[in-house]
Amino acid sequence: MSDYNFAYLDEQTKRMIRRAILKGLAIPGYQVPFASREMPMPYGWGTGGVQVSAAVLTPEDTLKVIDQGADDTTNAVSIRRFFEKTAGVQVTEATTDASVIQTRHRIPEQDLRADQILVYQVPIPEPLRFLEPSEVETRKMHSLEEYGLMHVKLYEDISQHGDIATAYAYPVKVEGRYVMDPSPIPKFDNPKLEMAGIQLFGAGREQRIYAIPPYTQVVSLDFDDYPFQASKADHACDLCGAKDSYLDELIVDDQGGRVFMCSDTDYCSTRRAQGHVGAQGSPIQEDAA
Amino acid sequence: MYVAVKGGERAIDNAHAWLAEERRGDTSVPELTVAQIREQMALAVNRVMAEGSLYDPDLAALAIKQARGDLIEAIFLIRAYRTTLPRFGGSTAIDTENMSCDRRISATFKDAPGGQVLGPTFDYTHRLLDFKLAADGEATDVPVDTPNQDTTPHIMSFLDQEQLIQSEPAGDDTPPDLTRTPLELPATRALRLQSLTRGDEGFILGMAYSTQRGYARNHAFVAELRIGTVPVEMEIPELGFAIDVGEITVTECETVNQFQGSKTQPPQFTRGYGLVFGMTERKAISMALVDRALRWKELGEDNLGAPAQDEEFVLYHSDNIQATGFLEHIKLPHYVDFQSELELIRKLRCEAQANLTQEAAE
Repeated sequence: MSDYNFAYLDEQTKRMIRRAILKGLAIPGYQVPFASREMPMPYGWGTGGVQVSAAVLTPEDTLKVIDQGADDTTNAVSIRRFFEKTAGVQVTEATTDASVIQTRHRIPEQDLRADQILVYQVPIPEPLRFLEPSEVETRKMHSLEEYGLMHVKLYEDISQHGDIATAYAYPVKVEGRYVMDPSPIPKFDNPKLEMAGIQLFGAGREQRIYAIPPYTQVVSLDFDDYPFQASKADHACDLCGAKDSYLDELIVDDQGGRVFMCSDTDYCSTRRAQGHVGAQGSPIQEDAA
Repeated sequence: MYVAVKGGERAIDNAHAWLAEERRGDTSVPELTVAQIREQMALAVNRVMAEGSLYDPDLAALAIKQARGDLIEAIFLIRAYRTTLPRFGGSTAIDTENMSCDRRISATFKDAPGGQVLGPTFDYTHRLLDFKLAADGEATDVPVDTPNQDTTPHIMSFLDQEQLIQSEPAGDDTPPDLTRTPLELPATRALRLQSLTRGDEGFILGMAYSTQRGYARNHAFVAELRIGTVPVEMEIPELGFAIDVGEITVTECETVNQFQGSKTQPPQFTRGYGLVFGMTERKAISMALVDRALRWKELGEDNLGAPAQDEEFVLYHSDNIQATGFLEHIKLPHYVDFQSELELIRKLRCEAQANLTQEAAE
């Protein structure tokens, strides 16, 4: 333990954040303003997610932190270390062992259970922001349920490109009411937004918290004749052979040779430990440190 | 065979070690002390205190040392530290009329009670590099006088007596705390001023400058600029009266602005106000100009669509810690999102190519 309070924030601040979380859970998809604190990591680097995690963590929790699906990306390492230092909680890389998972840009491949909480880091919580820059205006649009602008944007995409040209942060409608930004997850992850776990979204710089309670209806916006499609690279993982996971594409030589591998590193290593082998993987290997 | 890239943890540790080495620089050169920074880089210290919203010259100097002179990074360190401090209560409003002034000038009256006091200003220095400083920085032959003990009345109070300037009635309301409640719009003037005083000096300067160049022009006279120390008092409930808890240096700027009158008000001068920790007069003057520009609605002026009139634009973009964090976050990995864009663009190009081929065939 350190000189700081458990999970860094003082109890009054955590109480304030918990109230915002409860309000968010009561109004799924609604952006609750909260008095975001200045954290010892920069805005835009997960301060919202960190504050939400700090407010929900208990000493008995086991924390997993991922960025781009991976536990060992630098910012995930940094946030995990922050909580190891300030909260002294157990940490894990295994999705199934974690009770709280903080994530940036991905939903784990492994289905989450009812006793797990997924905390998202959110850069711009407002799904309408790039259609209308003013916060005063967009809050009005939400309260009037005025989402025509979003449908016009999607329609214009189709008329221009023949397809909806949004590949990540794909807008969803929650429980038939609020249009919500699922944070910049690839649209491949959108169907997973309906899950057993609690999903909490924290935007520190923008001072907003929102939530999706378990088993809430989450619909990706689309048209009858252009239905939403979750997409991924048309490959199998070169390490574990998985065909159902989201893949990263790596350039591995000067000729532009490509390798595809699971973005969810825990999913990939679990499969390899079970004996699955991809086109370029070896049966079981220790990764170079 | 491909081996997955790992090693985030070790990379971070090594990067931190390298950073510490770079911060120290050449070890044959003596190390800077915090006291040296506090005393000899005072204006940098002032800026860090002002934008860090924490009045502590020693901590600000330490932050500058740790940040290798990057002032925004130093402000960030101070802000993060400030978050952890308990809040005992609020002081009573400081009384700048009782300021012990180091500097006090008025651009609107040649002379006024309290006089014009230039103080330690760069204003009339010729900006010629002083090569002597490279060898020897001792100040010599500084004349000494007894400090002025009288109170210095505000220039504005003279205009106020004639009701030539719009009056600012005192309110008893406790102003909201920007760092404890989320910013919601429209903001009160107290909240706007709070935001401006901790806003980025460069941003506030740019906004103020834009009003001078015609984007919501409202010609400002510096009625008064004063810099000096004021006592900070706090009411202690157990005592039932206010006691001194310390002394701070602040810069206060009051501007007089032209005003033609409106449907609701007879012609009268209007005010802009700036108050900033430390000796920070560029910031205080800028703040007063932006404050005045943001008051268009309450004064019944037209919205000219100028950036400096747009409260949401100014307040949402003035904080350099928010701005730099979000700007620099694009250094973080985004390959999951980029991958999804790659797939989309390949798909769109493939479809477009197929259409072209089909058209050519027809």
